[in-house]
Amino acid sequence: MLLLLLTIFLLAIFVGFELITKVPPTLHTPLMSGANAISGITVVGALACARIGFGPEAQWLGVAALVLATINVVGGFLVTDRMLKMFVGKKRKR
Amino acid sequence: MEDLAKIFYLAATALFIFGVKDLAKVRTSRRGNGLAALGMLVAVVTTLVAPEGGIQLDWKWVAGGLILGSLLGALLARTIAMTGMPEMVALFNGFGGAASLLVALSVFAGEYLGGDASVPAALTQGLGVDGLGEGAALTWTVAVMLSVLIGAVTLTGSLVAMGKLSGKIPGRPLLLPARHLLTFALLGAAAWFAAQAGWSATHQEAQCALYTLAALAGILGIMVVLPIGGADMPVVVSLLNSYSGLAASMAGFVIGNSLLITAGALVGAAGLILTQLMCRAMNRSLLHVLVGGFGDGDGGGDTSGYENVKSAGPEEAAMVLEAAEKVIFIPGYGMAVAQAQHVVKQLAQELESRNVEIRYAIHPVAGRMPGHMNVLLAEADVPYEQLFEMERINGDFRDTDVAMVIGANDVVNPAAIEDSSSPIAGMPILHAFEARTVLMVKRSLSPGYAGIKNPLFERENCLMCFGDGKEFLAEVLAELKKN
Repeated sequence: MLLLLLTIFLLAIFVGFELITKVPPTLHTPLMSGANAISGITVVGALACARIGFGPEAQWLGVAALVLATINVVGGFLVTDRMLKMFVGKKRKR
Repeated sequence: MEDLAKIFYLAATALFIFGVKDLAKVRTSRRGNGLAALGMLVAVVTTLVAPEGGIQLDWKWVAGGLILGSLLGALLARTIAMTGMPEMVALFNGFGGAASLLVALSVFAGEYLGGDASVPAALTQGLGVDGLGEGAALTWTVAVMLSVLIGAVTLTGSLVAMGKLSGKIPGRPLLLPARHLLTFALLGAAAWFAAQAGWSATHQEAQCALYTLAALAGILGIMVVLPIGGADMPVVVSLLNSYSGLAASMAGFVIGNSLLITAGALVGAAGLILTQLMCRAMNRSLLHVLVGGFGDGDGGGDTSGYENVKSAGPEEAAMVLEAAEKVIFIPGYGMAVAQAQHVVKQLAQELESRNVEIRYAIHPVAGRMPGHMNVLLAEADVPYEQLFEMERINGDFRDTDVAMVIGANDVVNPAAIEDSSSPIAGMPILHAFEARTVLMVKRSLSPGYAGIKNPLFERENCLMCFGDGKEFLAEVLAELKKN
């Protein structure tokens, strides 16, 4: 199991390296913001921490993680969309 | 059910991959963001319906946490002004890092303090401390420590970056004596406490050591970002974004969740590439940025003593513009601060009605983030076709009548080309100085973010237009309309 997880970790790293090669400077900030929202995937881990019978300390920490991760995800995607709407949407109108 | 959940996780990963790919192209970027968001929705719903390891979710906490987080996130994203966007990205990034840190702390507390009440996912997945073999336990412990370390560094580093971007913390590099030595000492102490936390005899000791590690890592994050100048903050935020991906990936190892591992690793790697692209746009090496101290005053750092500076009032500026055939606007952070983008657009329209050719030159790092200026100008309805990237317009300044610089400074500083001892030597700049006349709309002669003198101000063809960008341009516009 451990070896399998390490393997997919390495493969995902390689995919990430190959994924973007040339990005127009206009998109640097939205891309950063979008990728940042994806890193809020910790929300899934936080959900697992808000489980029953795990001790109050663990649960408090888990719920705090859940709130922060959800802010990261929801806020991140919305902010990215707001930025992109600004200049991508405009272009289509013309 | 378990297998079905795995398939949905895989689908989420695929959506993330296509999302990032689409985000990198102008035409598809909005769809890319949507795909990534859909992937996240799939991931969360799958976890809610069929949590891994057959654990039982505590619904009142789960629902409360998700609703509170969604409301706060949406509120922040909707209410923040376009000018505050860079800070917001930094803040969200810090939250992501904090979440990974808290997940690791929570699982660690659960493993030790409530471990017998229910079986944690990590254990059944073969990653638990007490569970299987030395190797797995070692990996799990290392993953917890790395989650805590990277998560805490991301949190405090992002908060400092946010402070610098919003001007609450001085943008100039803050240098502590012997800071490199101090950084390494901190790292060493962190490693020692990590070992303590992993191999302590009692749960109490381990828990204490882990919190100490988190605190040390937090200090480390502050120490690492403080000495970096404000002009480099975009690169720092991008790098911290890569870190928060890695932290999520490590948290994935902690709870034995493959989706966290893949998505986190994707962001970590793609974020690193993006960081390098941004560095290249500024012609600086990543190492240079991280060592910091950029623009701390040695070499060309003299900001006083400008000679032969000529200044122009609104009437004079209006006259210069009226006589021009080709005008290039160069917006900078000052335009964002003054909220001058709408006046700029009106001025441009007035000039266009007089058959003046209008273009905008966008330096890759103008403002506090790449793309910052594009967002603001788009908000003011400036046509996309009038925006030109640096490489495409730099050759045209030679036969341009007026280069109007609005609240930009370092990105038009000719010292980058002419003075090899300048701290910004080699940074690509907009060749505004080649235009027949340069109008510098600026509050004062104060230096820009790099904290260095700009010899352009003393040039024969440069006119300083002192004042608030919005007010000054409005007066110029009024002057133009008089005739």
